[in-house]
Formats: sequence, structure tokens, C-alpha cells
Amino acid sequence: MNKTQGKVHSIISNLVLVRTEGPVSQNEICFIQLGNERLMAEVIKVVGDIAYVQVFESTRGLKPGSLVEFENHMLEVTLGPGLLSKNFDGLQNDLDKMTGVFLKRGEYTNPLEEDKKWSFTPLAKVGDKVTGADWLGNVKENWLDHKIMVPFKLKGEYTVASIVAAGEYTIKDTIAVLKDEAGKEIPVTMIQKWPVKVAIRNYVDKPRPSRQMETGVRVIDTMNPILEGGTGFIPGPFGTGKTVLQHALSRFADADIIIMAACGERANEVVEIFTEFPELEDPRSGRKLYERTTIIANTSNMPVAAREASVYTAMTIGEYYRSMGMKVLLLADSTSRWAQALREMSNRMEELPGQDAFPMDLSAIISNFYARAGMVYLNNGKTGSVTFIGTVSPAGGNLKEPVTESTKKVARCFYALSQARADAKRYPAIDTLESYSKYLEYPEFIEFAKKNISDTWIADVNEARNMLVRGRETAEQIDILGDDGVPLEYHVVYWKSELIDFVILQQDAFDNIDGSTAMERQKYMLNMVLGVVRSEFNFDTFEEINPYFKRIINGFKQMNYSEYQSEAFKKYEAEVNEIINERKNN
Amino acid sequence: MTTAFQKVYTKITQITKATCTLNAQGVGNDELAIVDGRLAQVVKIWGNDITLQVFSGTEGIPTNAEVTFLGKAPTLRVGDDLCGRFFNAFGDPIDGGPAVDGEEREIGGPSVNPVRRKQPSELIATGIAGIDLNNTLVSGQKIPFFADPDQPYNQVMANVALRAQTDRIILGGMGLTNDDYLYFKNLFDNAGVLDRIVSFVNTTEAPPVERLLVPDMALTAAEYFAVDKNEKVLVLLTDMTLYADALSIVSNRMDQIPSKDSMPGSLYSDLAKIYEKAVQFPAGGSITIIAVTTLSGGDITHAIPDNTGYITEGQLFLRKDAEIGKVIVDPFRSLSRLKQLVIGKKTRKDHPQVMNAAIRLYADAANARTKMENGFDLTDYDRRTLDFAKDYSNSLLAIDVNISTDQMLDTAWDLFRKYFNKAELGIKQEIVEEFGKFSE
Repeated sequence: MNKTQGKVHSIISNLVLVRTEGPVSQNEICFIQLGNERLMAEVIKVVGDIAYVQVFESTRGLKPGSLVEFENHMLEVTLGPGLLSKNFDGLQNDLDKMTGVFLKRGEYTNPLEEDKKWSFTPLAKVGDKVTGADWLGNVKENWLDHKIMVPFKLKGEYTVASIVAAGEYTIKDTIAVLKDEAGKEIPVTMIQKWPVKVAIRNYVDKPRPSRQMETGVRVIDTMNPILEGGTGFIPGPFGTGKTVLQHALSRFADADIIIMAACGERANEVVEIFTEFPELEDPRSGRKLYERTTIIANTSNMPVAAREASVYTAMTIGEYYRSMGMKVLLLADSTSRWAQALREMSNRMEELPGQDAFPMDLSAIISNFYARAGMVYLNNGKTGSVTFIGTVSPAGGNLKEPVTESTKKVARCFYALSQARADAKRYPAIDTLESYSKYLEYPEFIEFAKKNISDTWIADVNEARNMLVRGRETAEQIDILGDDGVPLEYHVVYWKSELIDFVILQQDAFDNIDGSTAMERQKYMLNMVLGVVRSEFNFDTFEEINPYFKRIINGFKQMNYSEYQSEAFKKYEAEVNEIINERKNN
Repeated sequence: MTTAFQKVYTKITQITKATCTLNAQGVGNDELAIVDGRLAQVVKIWGNDITLQVFSGTEGIPTNAEVTFLGKAPTLRVGDDLCGRFFNAFGDPIDGGPAVDGEEREIGGPSVNPVRRKQPSELIATGIAGIDLNNTLVSGQKIPFFADPDQPYNQVMANVALRAQTDRIILGGMGLTNDDYLYFKNLFDNAGVLDRIVSFVNTTEAPPVERLLVPDMALTAAEYFAVDKNEKVLVLLTDMTLYADALSIVSNRMDQIPSKDSMPGSLYSDLAKIYEKAVQFPAGGSITIIAVTTLSGGDITHAIPDNTGYITEGQLFLRKDAEIGKVIVDPFRSLSRLKQLVIGKKTRKDHPQVMNAAIRLYADAANARTKMENGFDLTDYDRRTLDFAKDYSNSLLAIDVNISTDQMLDTAWDLFRKYFNKAELGIKQEIVEEFGKFSE
């Protein structure tokens, strides 16, 4: 096919108008020639023979009349073995392959390695009837089983005409030949391309999520659980610990694959991941965290249009691994920066603005994106999931702004970070009572919890939650009436809620042991804390209550810092029980 | 600056307060031009209509003014001769000295590839406990002071700059009053460190739009020292609120749709481009940025501090503590995001827990104070926290403190022992035993 050509007509920052000399399509990719550099751009609007393109690079020095070549395809990613342990930019350029300390304009690098040999084992055999996303073979990528699949673009039924024997192949080698109904042969390699803005839908069914995804973060797992294939979001003013929380999730969550999209955020935060993940061990597999992680880094100083692309690139890679039957956790920090990228372009195109100058269709764009997450049944009956947790950075910490509101409509879990908790250094600063997980009401999850955690789990969690509500109410009463103006019982209720706060909700993300808590241990601690909550204590004056509970809390905290069921743990447990028995009303 | 081949245009079709438009061909985006002897930059190309932003304003520019294009983006001549010199926003000397001879570099250059950055890990000690103890600074960090205009932010920043162990200090002054400009100049002069310092200054006497060039000028100079010379460079930017105001003026003149607080929709990206120049290079050089963002009435929800907070690695709040009559670094609202990289690692092991315990107790004191103000009886614990808070404020939070980090930690333990028992601290037992010196 001939490529359509065009010439630059106008330039407004990174929005360029191109006078075209043929057909172009919406979202088509084009390259603008600037000296020896080729700048990648995407069509975002067409009026007559003028195409509006957003350039993924700086347009400094670009002149009208420069040559533009259209590529006949949308923004695509390359999918195949070798995606893991990579640091990509928003357009899937391998950042490690770029030369020099500074990013060079117009430098695009191959996301995968063309000459690397992969050990391939066939799963399909000649004569098998297959369709898009069916598994043809298996490749070991790090220690994970990377499935080589029938290209997603292939619709209908195909027959495997030939497939190579087990052995070492590169991603460019043909590993199978498929025949369509008309007998046309289609060679298949280990790689395929897919347009990022289109969801991969090669699955049979997408049921409601039911299985819990353990994160190791108590305030999430115990109080507001997220499920495999679920969606959640973390809004919070700056300085409330969004990023620390996301990093904790990426390290400890029970997922096969972690994809982190650093979207318009600080470069030093990405560097932290680059530096620490190769060292950190995955607590479940004992391997290095880096081996199951892909990072899409489009930091705030990188071009804005590529920032918009970065979340789609991340999601597409997530969907790709989901099709292999993997549990994928996708973290995006922050979706507000993505929305701002949309706003900048909308503004340059002089579209009529919606609220806070965001584009009118912001809400639709966000809900479409969240809808791509989920657990699916694959063609072969196995399951795979993409769990998505995005952070939102609300302007001025005001949750009534468009990005937060649009996200709230679609995400099932809401983790509200509170400035007050952050100020008091009560981390993670998730305000449990403001937050919610709709999954607690899902019959599917209630069933799951009964079977896998305990019969009374949901009731226990609700009891703890109620205690927190009562604690908050009595705290207000005490504030209004004074310490001696309320019955003793008020102080006890308040301190019982503080106990839950200090022992269950607060967690030291930087401590080796307290940083992540397994479900088994969470259950144990919640039971023990509820034991205190359910007990009655003898006090004569309110002044005895505060120091008494402080001692209990201190004991519990030492337990949290000790290896589960270790000697130290048991020693502190005995101490706590001793303190409890001092005043417990039998 | 013009050459014989340059075409001179003399027909301006449109003039606004900050921009003018003319018909020209072969002009590149971001290119510089001279309009009636004033420096201007291409900000929009619409077919053959070129819109220029005139930095010093368009007052008195006639429609038949001479316009020539320079064929290049704004540049700075870099070299060791920059040291000890004062320049305006265009990089021209304002101290009466000669022009700097050196390699000409485009300002506002490309970003560092994130995988080529190194994780910041070098502590920058300032002697101020409100910073070193609670909000430790790290090389390669970017952090602003959030302060009301009446607070002594420039003085504190200058103190930090002079005490910090860095090779080079670059001052980017935007909308500095002449008094503040002279304050910096005299201070640096008297401290005998002028040869370490390069200054780019736009005073309130100069047109506001010129300010837009100052951060890029300062950071281009910083990159020269950090990349070419592997030096540790500290960049001071004051006041970024005035920079953002200049952005909004330009975007307004160009009929862009304003977003929150009449700031341009691209404010986040514009600020990020500047602050993200802070970096630790693998070869040892680094750029650390300390900026000032002035607030209006302490409001951090305004678009400028809000976007800044999302970009920078923390913020330092100054507040007048009425009880002790001194300015303190507010421990609640201040934060250094990178402190985790050094505290307890480059400093003593008990640093993180001591820091957190002290702040938590200080928060308890704030609650006790509310109780007291509402006329309620205080418990013994409440009274102890109040006494602690006063001592803590005076001996650690106040900006006139100048001691080593170990001394800060010892001071904190002294206060803990004076007012509290071990259980009230909530500190890991082994740490208390090693550093607490509590008598049994």
C-alpha cells in the first residue's frame, strides 16, 4: 500500500496541522521529517485535507512545509517474549537501548531483542483447529511460562498446517503456519502487533471477580479488599503517600506479572524502582521482583502526548499476559496526569471545554479504560486477569474535581488518602471509613471468604469497621464535652478504635517484616485485636485508660515488627495477654 | 547579531500586549527574532502567520517595525567564566563585566533518560533540624519552600545554600525586588563565596514575561557544571509563583482557555520541565533544586502550589510559632520525599523512629492545645506533651538551630526522657535500648 504524504502547515507547540495529499485515518501514526530526525505523531482530528496531529516529541525548529509520511496503522505495541524486566517509555521504546544520558529527539528503539534465542515448546499440533489467542507454544521468559498465541487479529477458525519442534528460536523465526478456510497460509512468529487503543477481546467470558488478590497491605486486604480482575483507585492530595502505597502494592501483591505505568510522575520515583527491584526478592517465588515486572516510564518532563499513550501501552501489555492465563496487576501513577495530557491537546485544538477545562468526553474515556480490566475465561477454559489500580491526584485535594468524579463512577474500590492521617504520620494514610470496596458486598466474594479465610470473616471485618465508626463518634463527643464530661465507657470505646487503627490499619511500609502481612497473619491479628475489642475492662478514672491502652498498643506493635510465630512474636503476645488480663472483667 | 543574508520583515499584522504577528516564511518553531530591537520568540505558526512573544512587552512597537529571525532557539554561552557573575534573563551581564566567552548552548534542552539517572543518595546537611532531622535533603532532589510573602524564605534559602556542601550555586531570581537582589549579592560577597555562584536575575523592574527564560538559563548553566564538570550543583529558584504568573499572562494573550485559577492547562507540564532537571548523574555530578513558591494566605490548594506539590519531592513550610516567637519549619506540612533514601542509612539508625515519634508527640500536643483552648481539663499526659512541644520547637524546629544530625537525635532523646516513658514513644524496643539511655 502506498503511504499518504503531507506537508506541515501550522505549528502550535506539539500540535501540528498537516496538509495531506491522500487518505488518512483517525489515530493513524505519521512521521514528520525535521532535518535528519523523524518525529512520531498521531492523527487526532481531520478537517478537510488538514490532519491535526499530536507530536510525541518537542517541535522546536520545525518549519512549515516539512515532509510528513503517514504509516497506515494506529499506535501499536509489539507483543512477544522479552517484555518483562524492561523499562519502556510511553511508546514502548526500550529506554536501556538508547544511547547517551539525555533523550534524543527522534530516537526510537526496538522493544524486543531480534537475535535472542528462546527455548520454544509446542503446545498445539498439526491439524488442530485454532482461533485468535489460542496457545500454540510455550517459551520460558525468566521463570514464567510465556505462551505464544495465534495472533489476536485473526478472526474465525484456522488449522495448524505446521508447527516447529521444540528448540531454540528467535522472535523473527516462523514457528507455525496456519491455514484459513480458503486454504490461505499464514506464517506465525513469536511476536505480533496490536493497536494500544483497542481492547484485546479474544476471550470467552468476563465474569464478575470473585477471588481476593492479596496485597500484603492490611488496610486493603482486611478492611477493603481488592479482587483479581478488580478495579480500584487511590485519590489523595500530594504528600499523603500515594506513591509509597503503590510501590508497596507492586512489591507484595500476589500477582504473576506487575506492570507499572509511571505516567507523568517524578523521574526519581521511577529510578527508585529501577534501583530497588533488581535487588528485591519476590516473597512468593523467591526470585527477583524485576523478573516479573515491566515498567512504562513516561515521566513528567517527557513529551505530553506520549504520556497519554503510556497508559494504553501498559494496559495492552497487561491484556497480552492475561491471555496467557496470568494474574496481572497494573498500576498507573497517576491517571490525573493522563487526563491533563488530554486537556492540553483539547485546549490547543480549541475544543469547547468541559469542567475545569477538561475535554467533554473525559468521563467516557476513563470508563472505557477501566473497563479493559477484569478476569476472563480464555478459549481453553483457563482464567486470566488484569487488576487495575490507578492513582488520582486531585487538584487542591478536592475530590469533587472531574477526574476523581469520573473515576469514582467506574472503579469498584476506593482508597481515600487523608491529609489528616498523613499529617499525624498514620501511614498508610488510607481513611478506612471514607474508603470502600464494593466487593465486600459481592456474593461471589462472601462465598470465597467463607471458604478461604474463615466463616466469620466478613462479620469480623464489619465488626472492626463498626468499632472504628463508634470510635470516631465518641472522639467527637469527647472533644465537645471534655474528658471528664463523658462516661468512662466513651474513653474505652475510643481507645478500642485506636487499637484497631494502630495495630491493623497502620503499617510501616519501610520495615522488612511489617511492610507486608500475609492473609493468615492478618486473620490472626484481627482475631486477637477483636478479642480485646469484645472484652470489658475495669477502670476507676478516665486517666487510667490512655496509658493502659498505650501499653497494649505498644505490645501489639512489637508483635507486628516480629517474624510471625517467632519466639519474639510469642513473647510479645504473652506480654500483651498479660496486660489484658490485668484489667479484664471476667 | 544579524547577518547579511537575513531577510528583514516590516509588516506586522497584529499586536497584543505580549505578542505580535506577521507574515513570514521558513521560520522554525521556538525560533528567536528581533522585533524593533527587542528579543522575541516564535510561539505559534499558523500557515505563514508567525506569532512572536516579545519578552520585554510590545509597548511602542509600530506595525512597520523591523523584524529579523535569528534561526535559533534561545542560547547561553557556558564556561567557567560564568562564576561570580550576575546576568539578566537573556544571559547578558548586569554587573558591568564583559560578556562571557564560551560554547553556545540552547536552553531548555532535552530530558535525562530515566534509566540513566542514578538514585539520589547523598545527604545535604544544612544544620537546620527542621530540615535535617524531619525533612532531610538529598542531592538530586527538587523541593520548594511554601511560604507566605511576609516570611523570611529568601534568608532561609540563602542560609541553606551557604551551609550546604556543594560545588556550585546557581541563583535564578524571578521578580526579585531590587532589595532582595542586593541582599543576595551582598550576602554572597561577604561570605566570600561569590566565585562559586552564578546568578540570573529578573528584578521587578524588568518586564514580567522575561522571567520565563530565567529557570532555563539557570538550569542550562547548572547542566554545564553538573555534566561537563561532574560538580554538585545547587540551583535556587525564587519565586516560582511569579514565574507561573508570567506563564498565565502569555497564555491569556494567546487566547488559550484557562483552567483552574486562570492558569494555563499546561501548567503541570511547564513546571515539571523545570523541576525535573534535578538529577543525580551517574558520573557523580548532580543538580539539586531548592525553589520558593509564595502562597496567598497559606492556601496550598491554589493551582501553583498544588501542581508544584505534585511535581517536587516534598515541600518545606515555614510558620511563625507564636509560643516561642520564632519561625519554625512546620513538621506537619513539610515533607522530604527522598529522606527515606538517607535517614537511618547515611545517618544514625535511630533517625527514622526518633523523627516519627517526636512528630507524633508534637501532634498530640496540638490536640491538647485544642482541648485547652476549649476550656477542658488537661490530663497529665496532655500537660507533658505541651511542655515537650515548646522545648521541641525551641531546640529543634526553629530555623536558627545549627547543629549536626547526631546532636539533633541526642537532643530529641533528651526531650523524650524528660517528658515521657518508653511505652509512650511507640519506638521499636531494640532502638530504645540502644539509644534511649532510659534509666530502669
